[in-house]
Amino acid sequence: MTTTTGAEAQAAAEKAGTEFGTPRPRKEDARLVTGQTTWTDNLTLPGMLHIAFVRSPFAHARITSVDVSAARGMPGVIAAFSGADFADEQGSLPCAWPVTPDIVIPAHPPMATEEVRYVGEAVACVVARDRYAAADAVSAVDVEYEPLPPVLDIRTALDDSSPKVHEAGNKSFEWVFQNGDLDAAFREAPVVIERNYRQQRLIPSAMEPRAVVCSCVGGEFTLWSATQIPHVLRVMLALVTGVPEQNIRVIAPDVGGGFGSKLQVTAEEVLAMLIARKLGRPVKWTESRSEGNMTVHHGRDQWQRIRVAAERDGRVRGLSVDLLADMGAYLMLVTPGVPLLGAFMFPAIYKMDAYSFRCTGVFTTKMPTDAYRGAGRPEATFGIERTMDELANELGMDPLEVRQRNWITHGEFPYTTIAGLTYDSGNYEAATARAKELFGYDQLRQEQAARRASGDPVQLGIGVSTFTEMCGLAPSRVLGSLAYGAGGWENASVRMLPTGKVEVVTGSSAHGQGHETAWSQIVADRLGVPFEDIRVLHGDTQVSPKGMDTYGSRSLTVGGVAVLSACDKVIEKGKVIAAGMIEASANDLEWSPGRFAVRGDPEKGVTIGEIALATFAAHNLPDGVEPSLDSDATYDPDNFSFPHGTHLCATEIDTETGMVTIRSYVAVDDVGTVVNPLIVDGQVHGGIAQGIAQALYEEAVYDEDGNLLTTTMADYLLPSAADLPHFTTDRTVTAATTNPMGVKGVGEAGTIASTPAVVNAIIDALRQFGVRDVPMPCTPERVWRAIQAGRDSGTQAQNGAVR
Amino acid sequence: MTRITVNVDGVAYEDDVEPRLLLVHYLRETVGKTGTPIGCDTSNCGACTVLMDGTSVKSCAVLAVQADGRSITTIEGLANGEWHPMQQAFHAEHALQCGYCTPGMILAAVDLLRDNPHPTDQEIRDGLEGNLCRCTGYQNIVSAVRRAAEAGVTAQ
Repeated sequence: MTTTTGAEAQAAAEKAGTEFGTPRPRKEDARLVTGQTTWTDNLTLPGMLHIAFVRSPFAHARITSVDVSAARGMPGVIAAFSGADFADEQGSLPCAWPVTPDIVIPAHPPMATEEVRYVGEAVACVVARDRYAAADAVSAVDVEYEPLPPVLDIRTALDDSSPKVHEAGNKSFEWVFQNGDLDAAFREAPVVIERNYRQQRLIPSAMEPRAVVCSCVGGEFTLWSATQIPHVLRVMLALVTGVPEQNIRVIAPDVGGGFGSKLQVTAEEVLAMLIARKLGRPVKWTESRSEGNMTVHHGRDQWQRIRVAAERDGRVRGLSVDLLADMGAYLMLVTPGVPLLGAFMFPAIYKMDAYSFRCTGVFTTKMPTDAYRGAGRPEATFGIERTMDELANELGMDPLEVRQRNWITHGEFPYTTIAGLTYDSGNYEAATARAKELFGYDQLRQEQAARRASGDPVQLGIGVSTFTEMCGLAPSRVLGSLAYGAGGWENASVRMLPTGKVEVVTGSSAHGQGHETAWSQIVADRLGVPFEDIRVLHGDTQVSPKGMDTYGSRSLTVGGVAVLSACDKVIEKGKVIAAGMIEASANDLEWSPGRFAVRGDPEKGVTIGEIALATFAAHNLPDGVEPSLDSDATYDPDNFSFPHGTHLCATEIDTETGMVTIRSYVAVDDVGTVVNPLIVDGQVHGGIAQGIAQALYEEAVYDEDGNLLTTTMADYLLPSAADLPHFTTDRTVTAATTNPMGVKGVGEAGTIASTPAVVNAIIDALRQFGVRDVPMPCTPERVWRAIQAGRDSGTQAQNGAVR
Repeated sequence: MTRITVNVDGVAYEDDVEPRLLLVHYLRETVGKTGTPIGCDTSNCGACTVLMDGTSVKSCAVLAVQADGRSITTIEGLANGEWHPMQQAFHAEHALQCGYCTPGMILAAVDLLRDNPHPTDQEIRDGLEGNLCRCTGYQNIVSAVRRAAEAGVTAQ
């Protein structure tokens, strides 16, 4: 296992003339930069009607009556329905991850019939000729509610005195993991610190709002949806509605970002099917942003209690994590599993003797939470990386020094962590050394000291995050052992066309990731056909019938490997046919990308294109050989993927206003072998931006009645270009040993790494004022207040050492 | 209903519209220019940005009747035989991922360079503040606008 720099890897790729490492601009841009797009909301079918939903204004209430008759009489309105109209057929929205045997999974009707449990829950709908008429008719629906008390704080929701979200109570599950002798570690270690952190609730905010179009003809459904998961959705829609699976076709056309928010089976998708069937007309629903902020699943939302036991030299002995995780009102597709992905990530890159993890999933009267970029891993990485900084401070060590004392060294891979994962490869030393160099770590520390000494009103902070993560979801048997409802494989097909061109069918479902380009590069490299001669098909269950879709940074490490495997099968099949064509023994043939030739006689050979044409004609194939080169492959990974990296952030904090400015940000990521560096850098940039956004800007805020206050983009602060810095990125390349391409996931890495780097930098600047934490997002007001509170209480913050 | 005459991407249209009809809905649903997407309902995101008489506007914040007698350029009308240099620059710099913000971002950037043909990176960032992107972290968008500026792009 060797490690190279990104520049060395790219130079080697160029020298070898391979596609791997070539920064090709993307194929998919051709339609995206010209407006020739097929977003779901762009679709218009003959006779199509528009749905608008009537949504609960209460966080918690009993529905006493719903009267849609006035709406039915309005111009252009074709129909109006309440939950009672769907009661017999709508089923319950699925939760595919019952994490414990005794988990409470409440019924979740797509349209509420008796009780509403969050603001925005659908209680009725109108269907009209156009979207304006539908929107007008919403106000004519009369719904009577009997308000019930909201449940908003997971820290008190488990008290006996708390109102109940569901009859069964507010606890959904408790999940525990323990390894090693934790009592001994905490008994013997001379240093124990405890920290409590808040992971605020976030709104994923893909730029394309959700939309769904559905037609039902002769009992056969076609459903277009802005979804990340057309294949999973098809199975789930069949299970929820009872419509036979073969009669459902799901199409994810151009999809404008997801970040986990479109990894869902939504009420609106189910209801669109039922309404299309009831009315015999195609229907469309497109959410407004305000509707979406209330009703697209949210992310994060945890309270973390973290205890660490260490020796005075910084060696970590034990780690104990206790989480409260806000499920929201219901369990959606993978709601309870999200915090558990963090269970395996708190130990991060560090060695220790003992670890315990406990997570309690709690119901509240808020929008359910579910996967949002990183899903459980950003939360865990924040917790451990903040805690490592606290430990360093407690011991008077540099934050990088305490990490180095504990991290798995390059020579120790493969390494099985205290959480039971086996990391295949990595080089934390190399990534950290490169990041320090690019950052000018030592110079910045000197400047920081000088500013402190001079009492500069603008103080400098340096934040560190040496992260890893587990992605490439996932080995099916591991998912099974965690009670997840499906496997983690991926499927691909390669079709050799008679003219030598290639169609690649993938079960991955891109929504911005660039699979059409990257998959073409993989195939071009393996089959030796020109990049331009390859077309990648995806996102339609009729075209790409088998897949597990795109999330969890899985597409390249699972789906890409499936593409590669399918190519290898094409080559194997082609070998037999080539042998017949050139009248040689297959055993004597040698493959170089694009061509079989006789070993030792390179003139005597045939190209893959010639083989494809001969196979199409099938006039003279060897006996018993089928006239097809087409191949498919389903790849189930043996292990997760473990990208890692070192992110360093320098913040300048105006101590008079609390304003935080990121002065420089360096990210050195190791995502293994890189197929397309342009795409990889783009993923890292976007990921870092979302992590910074959690640290500084974003929070979903509910008021004391359970109303969402951040319903618009004016209230929920997504960073603009002016709010974000330039990112300095580089790579080290340590190939994965668990897949044939050596690739690791990259989609979530930046988001996982960056949040603690930023907050650590803020605390690093403010520690001198007695500040130990600033709750996220670290707004100017919060930073300013923390400075005032710290100064008031002297240099020993309340959140200090336990022992 | 009010009768309006609007030139969209070089073609004259005459339509009767409700006074409350938003320009973006007129473009998408009456004219069929679905290349202009909608990302929010509070004029924050800028996805629906088009050029009205050469100046960028958020078409969700303009009524169709306000476009009467005006000339609109959408992303679909920007290319002139070959891609506009800003489209080329976005492609070359990988300044888009999902592409949903891209039409608005490109048109806002064209207007930015019309205003300031040689912006600094900070001026690019400030100039595009009204257009949100969730995928790219903006870095490659800034690079693309810089590349287009270096190629000497001004608004058409």
